[in-house]
Amino acid sequence: MTENNTLLKPSRPVGIVGYGAYVPRYRLPAREVARIWTGGRTAGLPIKEKAVPGQDEDVISMSIEAARNAMKRAGIESSEVRAVWTGSESHPYAVKPTSTIIAEAIGAAPHVQAADLEFACKAGTEAIVMAMGLVGSNMAHYAVAIGMDTAQGKPGDALEYTAAAGGAAFVIGPADESLAVINASYSYVTDTPDFWRREYQRYPEHGNRFTGEPAYFKHIISAGKIMLEALGTTPGDYQWAVFHQPNTKFPQRAASLLGFAPAQIAPGLLSPVIGNTYAGAAIIGLTAILDGASPGDRILMVSFGSGAGSDAFDITVTDKLMDRRDRAPKTQEYISRRTEIDYATYTRLRGKIVMK
Amino acid sequence: MCKKTDVIIAGVGQIPVDEIWEISLRSMATKAMRAAIEDADHLKPQALYVGNMLASTLSRQAHLGTLLADYSGLAGIEAETLEAGGASGGAALRQGYLAVASGLVDVALVVGVEKFTDTIGPEVESALATLADADNESIHGMTSIAQAALLARRYLYEYQLPTDGLGGFPLIAHANGMGNQNALYRNAITPDDYQRADPVCDPLKLFDVAPFADGAAALILTRRELLPKGYHYPAIHVAASTIASDTLSLADRADPLWFTAAQTSVEQAYLKAGINSQQVDLFEYHDAFSIFAALSLEAAGFASRGTSWKLAADGSIALTGQVPCATMGGLQARGNPGGATGIYQAVEATLQLRGQAGTNQIADAKIALIQSLGGPASVAVTHILAREE
Amino acid sequence: MEIARHWRLKEQRYNLVGSICPKCKRRYFPPREVCPKCGCDINTPFRFSGRGEVYSFTTIYEAPSGFDDSGPYSVALVKLEEGPLVTAQLTDLGEAKPEIGMPVEMVTRRLRSDGDERGMLIYGYKFRPMLKA
Repeated sequence: MTENNTLLKPSRPVGIVGYGAYVPRYRLPAREVARIWTGGRTAGLPIKEKAVPGQDEDVISMSIEAARNAMKRAGIESSEVRAVWTGSESHPYAVKPTSTIIAEAIGAAPHVQAADLEFACKAGTEAIVMAMGLVGSNMAHYAVAIGMDTAQGKPGDALEYTAAAGGAAFVIGPADESLAVINASYSYVTDTPDFWRREYQRYPEHGNRFTGEPAYFKHIISAGKIMLEALGTTPGDYQWAVFHQPNTKFPQRAASLLGFAPAQIAPGLLSPVIGNTYAGAAIIGLTAILDGASPGDRILMVSFGSGAGSDAFDITVTDKLMDRRDRAPKTQEYISRRTEIDYATYTRLRGKIVMK
Repeated sequence: MCKKTDVIIAGVGQIPVDEIWEISLRSMATKAMRAAIEDADHLKPQALYVGNMLASTLSRQAHLGTLLADYSGLAGIEAETLEAGGASGGAALRQGYLAVASGLVDVALVVGVEKFTDTIGPEVESALATLADADNESIHGMTSIAQAALLARRYLYEYQLPTDGLGGFPLIAHANGMGNQNALYRNAITPDDYQRADPVCDPLKLFDVAPFADGAAALILTRRELLPKGYHYPAIHVAASTIASDTLSLADRADPLWFTAAQTSVEQAYLKAGINSQQVDLFEYHDAFSIFAALSLEAAGFASRGTSWKLAADGSIALTGQVPCATMGGLQARGNPGGATGIYQAVEATLQLRGQAGTNQIADAKIALIQSLGGPASVAVTHILAREE
Repeated sequence: MEIARHWRLKEQRYNLVGSICPKCKRRYFPPREVCPKCGCDINTPFRFSGRGEVYSFTTIYEAPSGFDDSGPYSVALVKLEEGPLVTAQLTDLGEAKPEIGMPVEMVTRRLRSDGDERGMLIYGYKFRPMLKA
């Protein structure tokens, strides 16, 4: 890899033409999980509360809403979307792509490419990289990339406090039509067994402290550093940054290690109030940033997916954001829409009760 | 007075409405059929018309015409089933009427039969949901009770009824049920019972919903000149027989709070019989839900929009009132035996007109209006029965 | 397995696509092939906005099979802003009690699975209280 081609840059400039988020309305406070499993110990809870999907919601229904929001902001004809790619680790079907149903629901079928992705929490940014390739190579004008999850936590496990539901969708298109241009991308991937789920198993396994340094931090910091070096930028060149956010502390530490200030990550740091939305995590933070950004603002996004890898993106907001931003609900509107539930209701909603 | 026709209800038969665990569908129907034949001095039918709505789902048994003709010792005769949701019995009566009135059949046996208890659990609700619009109502989890609840809520809202405004209907029905030996429920209820009853599907409470139950009832129809020698009952004739339909889906109604099909079918029946609502001595309406009783009364011209509940509240529809309704308990107290309902209504009206209604007898009853509905009056079948002078 | 029936209905269910009579211009949902008012053949689709208000509602506790694990749930008649009434469940009410006149908007949700945990998933319209006023 020479210096010139470190970065993943398409032959024609691309960007985000429209974006949309979705978060379900139900919230399970972390103290509720603690009430059941640790006798109510509230010290050291990783987040305040997490978003839980309703009885009739899943990655398909949630992605449809996020994609519709993105299409509203983009203001393009559905028939011009030539690909729909959805990344998740909780696709409702193991075989039959979520993306085919999204494509129908947004009116992009049948002249459309569709497929589902899986790479733990970075499956959504995967879809963005792929969309950049399709549009950037001039194969198509617009592609929709989605990251969405209704992650399941094993009862009593540490991850149960944070495994949440939510995500975002992006219409990727030519840079000159974009509300935010994606200047470059970079991916850093290795075979790292920090967290996985075998086929037919209901809940994932995770490597406890191994998920920290060798996994989350190694990949995010490497991707971030290599990207900034290749671009010749420093943290001071960015107004905002968002990292994969499995809890509150990890993204704060990643920011600090890379040299970003707390104020830079504040608008995108959503996990304290909605939990870890897995494939939706970094990207829903991006939507929250875009909801309040100004033209010219530069944003660094670095995702992380267990298994493991990080996708980094260098993004610059254009003045087209101002016109389009209000065409769909802001991420904060979804976050403020809140109905608190208890652990019993949560187990029913998440199908954890043995019915037969 | 009422125009005379040739079609006579020569015999009636019924079994008590109940949860009938010990007796099968074919046996229930046969008992009612044989009772009707005997009541008609053993007139031999050439044709059998069966009213039933859900046997193919609940009992895994379709082809009831053939089955019941065969099982009751009538194998070989013309036999078929009529289905019109909850009005299946009424539809079977209409078919019998058409056959006999046309002259092509001399004696028709009409039986309504329904057996809810052959299937247990949520499958019964989903079977009932096949009577609504499968693609546009049932797929959303709509049930027959929910349809009535939607109407009741809107009715209470638009006409500003007190919350127990519809309570008069079940009160009167249960009072009448006491005097009917074939009724499912034979005890009166109080206004307090009505108020405090468990909610079922808001705003409907327990006594707003007629209980589904098993039942079988039958009629023998023939023409006047074919009545057996020495036939000893007053001749009760079918003065009118009409069916009208509306949209199947409640959402497709131009005016959801008006039972248009019921109105059309009643008006056509009045015209055919040469009478008006004033001359009706009793009305067996399809009170599957208290709101249906209210809307049926309005459609039949007994009250203006939004006011029929007052006729129940002030006793106008009680046995001693101006227009007695549900005289043998109605669906609310006698029970709601699905496709058999329309035949039970005809049997009860015939008993009233003959003077055989016992403690529930309406003095000098001459003209009875009976109406069975499929869904929320998605179809309405109306008959006028009259005693000849 | 009722694959074909649900597959045929996906367009109207996902996107509230009804039809409009070319002659009298009345709009229908669900779509019709014959205009009930003027008897004309109808071939023209019409996509409804999804905005409407609650005309009536109720809550179901004794659910039919296929819905018996998801109760209690509310069904409503929703008056779409373009005129027709549509039958649908209300969802995402949270603590709010439904009311006649409540402004609602269409969302796409999982209606049920066709059969058990192995069956096809059926998606379609429900209505929720409006997110943005």
